[in-house]
Amino acid sequence: MSFKIVVLAKQVPDTHNVGADAMNTDGTVNRAALPTVFNPEDLKALEMALQVKDQMPDATVTVVTMGPPRAAEIIKDARNRGADDGFVLSDARFAGADTLATSYALSQAIRQLGKVDLILGGRQAIDGDTAQVGPQVAEKLDIPQVTYAEELLAIDAKSITIRRRLERGTECVKAQLPVLVTVTSAAADCRFPNAHRMIRLSKEEVRMINADSIDAEMDRLGLKGSPTKVKQIENVVLAHKESVVLEPTEAALSELSATLIKEHIL
Amino acid sequence: MNNVLVYCELSEKNQIADIALELCTKGRQLASRLGCRLQAAVLGSGVKAAAESLYPYGVDEVFLADDPRLSPYRTLPHSDVLSKLIQKEQPQIVLFGASSVGRDLAPRIASFLRCGLTADCTQLEIGSHEDPKTKKTYENILYQIRPAFGGNIIATIVCPETRPQMATVREGVMKKEVFDPAYKGVIVPVAVEASLAKADQAVEILSREIEEQKIDIKGAQIIVAGGYGMGSRENFQLLHQFARLIGASVGATRAAVDAGFCEGERQIGQTGVTVRPKLYIACGISGAVQHRAGMEQSAKIISINTDPDAPINAIADYTIVGDVMTVIPQFMACYKNNLK
Ligand SMILES: Cc1cc2nc3c(=O)[nH]c(=O)nc-3n(C[C@H](O)[C@H](O)[C@H](O)COP(=O)(O)OP(=O)(O)OC[C@H]3O[C@@H](n4cnc5c(N)ncnc54)[C@H](O)[C@@H]3O)c2cc1C
Ligand SMILES: Cc1cc2nc3c(=O)[nH]c(=O)nc-3n(C[C@H](O)[C@H](O)[C@H](O)COP(=O)(O)OP(=O)(O)OC[C@H]3O[C@@H](n4cnc5c(N)ncnc54)[C@H](O)[C@@H]3O)c2cc1C
Repeated sequence: MSFKIVVLAKQVPDTHNVGADAMNTDGTVNRAALPTVFNPEDLKALEMALQVKDQMPDATVTVVTMGPPRAAEIIKDARNRGADDGFVLSDARFAGADTLATSYALSQAIRQLGKVDLILGGRQAIDGDTAQVGPQVAEKLDIPQVTYAEELLAIDAKSITIRRRLERGTECVKAQLPVLVTVTSAAADCRFPNAHRMIRLSKEEVRMINADSIDAEMDRLGLKGSPTKVKQIENVVLAHKESVVLEPTEAALSELSATLIKEHIL
Repeated sequence: MNNVLVYCELSEKNQIADIALELCTKGRQLASRLGCRLQAAVLGSGVKAAAESLYPYGVDEVFLADDPRLSPYRTLPHSDVLSKLIQKEQPQIVLFGASSVGRDLAPRIASFLRCGLTADCTQLEIGSHEDPKTKKTYENILYQIRPAFGGNIIATIVCPETRPQMATVREGVMKKEVFDPAYKGVIVPVAVEASLAKADQAVEILSREIEEQKIDIKGAQIIVAGGYGMGSRENFQLLHQFARLIGASVGATRAAVDAGFCEGERQIGQTGVTVRPKLYIACGISGAVQHRAGMEQSAKIISINTDPDAPINAIADYTIVGDVMTVIPQFMACYKNNLK
C-alpha cells in the first residue's frame, strides 16, 4: 500500500532582503522590486517529507501551491530536490484570499487526491506571517495537527512521532495518521537540487489547476470567501521625535543623569 | 450575549499566563467602550484559583473547564471545548495570545466557525467601517492593526461581516494592569465530557522538557541594550556593569546575539522579545525596523552612537554622539556623582 505525502508550499517575496525600492511612494508594496523565494519553512517541510520517503520507499511526495502561474518555479525546484509531483492552484478566482479562503482552496485540492497519509507545511510564510493556514487546512480536512515541529523522530504506516517547540521548551508527541504537521525554521535544512533530476525533469511542465477542478463552493474562494478585509495599509516611516543631541561632555552627561533622576526614571 | 471573550492560557506553574492578563486588560477597555461584559475562558486541570485571580482585571464571567485531560494543552480537546463555548455564547470579539498555544488553537477555531482571524496585532481599537464598494457602514468594528511584510508595513484589518472578530496578540505588546482590586466576577462551569470523548487520543504527548527560563527581560523597567557597535563580547561586559549600577536588565540586537556577544534570550525585536520599559538605552544600535518593532514603545529612549544619523536616533529622546566605550563609563561616573 502506498503512502501519500502532501507538502504545502508558497512562493513569497523575499522580505529578508527588502531594499529601499520595496515600497512605492504611496505606501503600497512594490512587489515587482521584491525577488521571490521558496518560503524558507516550506523547504524545511519538504525536507521532512523527503526524510519520510527515505524511510518508506513506496511513499510519494506531492507539492501543492496556490499562487500566480510563476509559482510553478517552486514546484520545479521541489521536484529537482526529490518531490515526485506537484501542481499550482492558479485562477483569478483564488485572488485576494485571506487564510480562511486559502485553507479552503488548499483543502479542496487535497481532497481530490484521495487518501492522503501525511500533510506537511511550513509554520508560517514570511510575507503574511500569520501561521494560520496549516491549522486551518487540518480543521477543514477534519484531521489532527501538530504545529511547531522541529524534528522527525519516527514514522510508520499508522503514526508519526515528532519533537515540537513549546513557548519554553519542547515536547515529543505521537500522532495517529492522517495528520497535518507544520515545520519551524529549527528543522533540518532541505537537501540540494539533484543534477540528474534537473536534467531529466527540465522539460516536464508543471500542472496548473483552476477553481473548477477542486469541487469548491465558489463563494468560499478568494476575496469573496475572505472575512478579513484590509482597511488601510501604512508604510512604516520613522516618526521623528524631538530628539536632544548631546556631545559626550562631562557637563552634558551630568545634566542628563540629573534630569533622569529628578524625573524618577533612573 | 455578544460580549468580549479572552482565551486565558496557563503558565507551566498552572497560573494565568502574563499574555492572558495583558489581553484581559485590553479586553476590559474594549468591553467598556462597547458597553458589554468581559468574559474569560480558562481550560485546564485544578485551575479554579487561577480562574478567580482574573477578577481584578475586570473580568465579569470566567468560563471554567476543569478536567485532567485538558492539561497539558492539546489542540483537539481545547479547540472542541472552546468552539462549542463560542457557538453558545456568541461573543462579538475573541482574543488569543500569539503564543505557541494561541497560534495553534485560534486558526483552528476560526476555520471551524468560518470567521476572520488577524494575527499578531499590535493595536486593537473600536471604530466604524465603510465598505468601499457597497458604501455600507458598520459601527463598532474591531480595528485589528498589525505589521506585515517583515515589519515594513502596518495594516489595519477589519472583519465587518462575520462574528466573532478574532485576533491574536503577542506577549508584551499590550500592558497588563489591574482594573479594580475589589472587582467581583463569577465562575461559570463548562461541561466538557462530550468534547473530550470525541477529541480522543489522536495526538499523544510522550514527554515534555521545560526549560527553566533564567534570563527574562520582558518586564524590566530599565533596559540597557547593546548592538553590534559594542564591538566584542569583552566590551559587552561593560553593559552588565552599567546595568547593575542603575538597576537595569541587559538587552541586545540580533546582530549582537549572532556575533556571540550575549545570550539569545536577550534579543529584542521582531524575532526576539517585545519590551516597553520606562527607559531604554541603546548602545551601538543602528535601529533596524526589526529591532524597533520590539522596543519603540519604551517611554524614554537614549541612543549612544558614533553615527549622528543612525536611524535609532530618530526615535530617541536623547542622542549622545560618541563611542560607547568612552561614553558609558563617563555616564556611569556622572550618575554616581549625582547620587551623592
Ligand atoms: C498586509 C497583510 C496582512 C494580512 N493579514 C492577515 C491576517 O491577519 N489574517 C488573515 O487571515 N490573512 C491575512 N492576510 C492574508 C494572508 O497573507 C494570505 O491569506 C496568505 O495567502 C496566507 O497567509 P500567510 O501568508 O500568513 O501564510 P501562513 O499561514 O503563515 O503559512 C503557513 C504555511 O501554510 C502553507 N501555505 C500558506 N499559503 C499557501 C499557499 N498559497 N499555497 C500553498 N501553501 C500555502 C505553507 O506551508 C506555509 O508555510 C494578510 C495579507 C497581507 C498582505
Ligand atoms: C526577518 C528578520 C528578523 C529580524 N529580527 C530582529 C530582531 O528581533 N531583533 C534585532 O535586533 N534584529 C533583528 N533583525 C536584524 C536587523 O535587521 C538588524 O540587522 C539588526 O537589528 C542590527 O543590529 P545592530 O543595530 O546591533 O547592528 P548594526 O546595524 O551593525 O549597527 C551597529 C551600530 O553601532 C554603531 N557603532 C559602531 N561602533 C560604535 C561605537 N564604538 N560606539 C557607538 N556606536 C557604534 C554604528 O554606527 C551602528 O549604528 C532581523 C532581521 C530580519 C531580516
